[in-house]
Amino acid sequence: MYGSGILKGLGVTFRHLITTFIDDIQWLGRKRDVEVFQQKQSLANRGLVTVEYPDEKLAVPERFRFTPFLVTYNHDDPDYPGKDWCTSCGICAKVCPPQCIWIVRGTDPNTGRPKPEPEQFYIDIDICMNCGYCAEYCPFDAIKMDHNYELASYDRTSAHIYDKARLSREIRYWQSIAPTTAAEEQAARGGYDHTDVQKARKKAGLEPSRPGPYATKPAEPEPAPAAAAVAEPPAAAPPVEAAKPEPAPKAEAAAPSAADDETPPHPGWVKRGRRWIDPNAKVEPVRRKRQT
Amino acid sequence: MTDFMTDQALPKVTDLPSTIAALKERFPDAVRDDTRPGYEGVIVEAAKLPEFARVIRGEYGFNYLSSLTAVDYLGHGDHLEVVYHAFRVPSGGKPLVFKAQTDRQNPVIPSLVSIYPGADFQEREAYDLYGIHFAGHPNLKRILLWEGFEGHPMRKDYQEAYYEQETKPFDSRWPSGHVFRAEEYNPFGHNVRYPAGFTLDNYKPISEAEFQHGMSLGVDIMGDPAFRTDRLLVNLGPHHPSTHGVFRMMVALNGETVESLEPVMGYLHRNHEKIGERNTWYGNMPYTDRLDYICSMANNLAYAITVEQMMRGQVSVPYRAEVIRVLMAELTRIVNHLWSIGFLLNDLGAFFTPALYAIQTREYILDFFEATAGSRMMCNYMRIGGVFKDLPARIRSEAALVNDRVRDMDTMKYLEQLINDRLPRSIDELDELLSESEIIKSRCIGVGLLPAEMAIAYSASGPLLRASGVPYDIRRANPYSIYPELEFDVCTRPNGDIYDRYCLRLDEMRQSVRILKQILPRLKETAGQPIFGGKSSYSIKVPAGEAYGFAENPKGELGFYCVSMGGGNPWRYHVRAPSFINLTPLGEMCKGQKVADVVAILGSIDIVLGETDR
Ligand code: SF4
Ligand code: SF4
Repeated sequence: MYGSGILKGLGVTFRHLITTFIDDIQWLGRKRDVEVFQQKQSLANRGLVTVEYPDEKLAVPERFRFTPFLVTYNHDDPDYPGKDWCTSCGICAKVCPPQCIWIVRGTDPNTGRPKPEPEQFYIDIDICMNCGYCAEYCPFDAIKMDHNYELASYDRTSAHIYDKARLSREIRYWQSIAPTTAAEEQAARGGYDHTDVQKARKKAGLEPSRPGPYATKPAEPEPAPAAAAVAEPPAAAPPVEAAKPEPAPKAEAAAPSAADDETPPHPGWVKRGRRWIDPNAKVEPVRRKRQT
Repeated sequence: MTDFMTDQALPKVTDLPSTIAALKERFPDAVRDDTRPGYEGVIVEAAKLPEFARVIRGEYGFNYLSSLTAVDYLGHGDHLEVVYHAFRVPSGGKPLVFKAQTDRQNPVIPSLVSIYPGADFQEREAYDLYGIHFAGHPNLKRILLWEGFEGHPMRKDYQEAYYEQETKPFDSRWPSGHVFRAEEYNPFGHNVRYPAGFTLDNYKPISEAEFQHGMSLGVDIMGDPAFRTDRLLVNLGPHHPSTHGVFRMMVALNGETVESLEPVMGYLHRNHEKIGERNTWYGNMPYTDRLDYICSMANNLAYAITVEQMMRGQVSVPYRAEVIRVLMAELTRIVNHLWSIGFLLNDLGAFFTPALYAIQTREYILDFFEATAGSRMMCNYMRIGGVFKDLPARIRSEAALVNDRVRDMDTMKYLEQLINDRLPRSIDELDELLSESEIIKSRCIGVGLLPAEMAIAYSASGPLLRASGVPYDIRRANPYSIYPELEFDVCTRPNGDIYDRYCLRLDEMRQSVRILKQILPRLKETAGQPIFGGKSSYSIKVPAGEAYGFAENPKGELGFYCVSMGGGNPWRYHVRAPSFINLTPLGEMCKGQKVADVVAILGSIDIVLGETDR
């Protein structure tokens, strides 16, 4: 029959229409639940998959790369508070394909010799192509890829050249956004501390410093309250439960609470009204009127 | 299968060394071996080139001129060289590489367009970027750059607007890297060079009529005096939703019927190849993502294959890395075909419903890419000698932003469900939605015909070639990676119209699923094995020589022609872009069709402007 092909096709769209509403009925009033979210995003789902950005966002996976940031020790570290991990070896600047990293190598004021610390470190975030090479080839785990993709700003010129202060983040931030990778890297170093520290200890015939899961450091004081969420002990090994749509226990705890908690999304962010903002950012995010 | 070969005698000899020996005997003075270390093929005297081409095409069966490009050997003999790669289609096998040399001051090379029509755009590109004059080319003008451009930017002595240093890494970045912005250093207006005597006041754009060289325009009247229609010129694009980017088609219409059509491109040109020659060998990998940004994984693979070939045994790719590479390449093929079918329907007027269904399925694959490679589209995943990282144990995310919602899935389970259930289901659904629709059939069947012999002559590749009934697939004709051990069919469709191209893409997706099902057990078997067998150093040196690496990308044959002088940067880095070369027959395909069909024909070729314009 002429037209049967069209009718068959319309049948498909009609099926989609129905399943959309089935979703709504099935999860009446629970649309924002973590569990429902996992269901909706799973491969078995036949209904709507849309995520209502910015009221809900898809968290990005560990390996996600946006712009780089520099790792430093936590500001409350007992041994090296706030110290840079970067040794200004220059490998990232050489490997960077669009050449958007500028490094001023530090010099010792007494001897005039170069010392393993950057005096300045710039990344032109406009040029960065998010390739991740800098993080991949840094021999000191000192530069990592950030997950924050919300970088819109009003000023293109100065605001997009990030200097060392703007780039630096504490190691606990990296541990919080990429727990598995961070644990692997720590295992490769032999302990929590910087590669150079471990090397020096090895030379001196000492054990690696602070081995084991980095968050279980009984001798140390609890980190500052500002970073409560990120310092929460992450699982050393990835969880093993099999069911796909089931949320991991940690995920359930960390994710949806972030919005209304007193926990900053990044260490060092401050609260303005109901929003968290980055005090270093040049431009404050525009307040978005929430529709109900 | 053989009827389009009838105008050619069957090849006298089939293997490459004896072909070359026979050719040297045939042209004793004009053909000699390329004896430079690391080079292959023969060097042909420029004057004898057309005759040589006629012989290899007619008598030796090299009927498909895949790639044509030029190299500037400034400081290494000071000559320009045009490099040709010709294949036998559909029988396959290694290419015959031949080269012609000319001097840099007054470079002239005979054009091969009359023998291989597929050389048309590629010769224009070589003229545009190198200034080589192809004698006898019917329409030799710039193709990627604008007509008032000064100089030929791929020449080694050409320096671009923000030129800093011959090769990367730049010395200004470390150890005293005081930041500067290139545009403040060299503000806009000071970074453009004009031809001698040029001022903006005396510039007149070339008139449309002149631009129309080669098109049968001019006010004319159809034969029937009772029904008089004027010929008129319509510009489709550059800003037009149908062109999938900034691309322009100048269409000469007679009423509603297309008399001739000329594609105009280059609006997105950034001289990818010049950037590539400044880059380090590794540095080019993320740039290949930006060619055909729908299929970055496949682009990575083709580039990795090329450089591995040039490393001549210094790197060996572990088996697991090959398995993962094929997994990624075939998922990419599905991504691309879903996308192209979805958007073909947009071009036909089914506004976005099929496209969104297709994109939804694509999204699941991109989620996997994101968890594995770190990015959905700019994957930068392959490395020279392997891949970046093994598959993650779990596809999981961590909350980092306000309102983040997290997911956590076991990777292998996810892949199994994706490959065994979700992808076949989605492909069947698209099939059910579209294939039998009477509207689609009446718009697509018999429209945009490309007969087999024309497809070969115009160097069409990929689905465009196979939908014309030519069973040529590089995965079979010139196997790479682990394709020889995988079972799949080379799909063809006989008619070469839009509908066949659409059906062929469905067929190929099903074959890809079939490959993926064979990949799954291999992934499990090889779990934990190494994934990288290359050099761990952050900069590699590649031995002097040349290589042409090519792979069956979703859009066609993606080839990289690279020349190394033994250093850390390519001397020559050329991309044989399927989206660009598949446009060569567009004018022929559209002749005699209605103007509304032009849009659908372009959609059925499936181009991405990032790759067309490079
Ligand atoms: S590679 Fe690492 S240690 Fe070296 S300069 Fe870059 S960030 Fe610093
Ligand atoms: S991500 Fe790539 S482009 Fe960006 S700074 Fe690192 S190496 Fe350079």
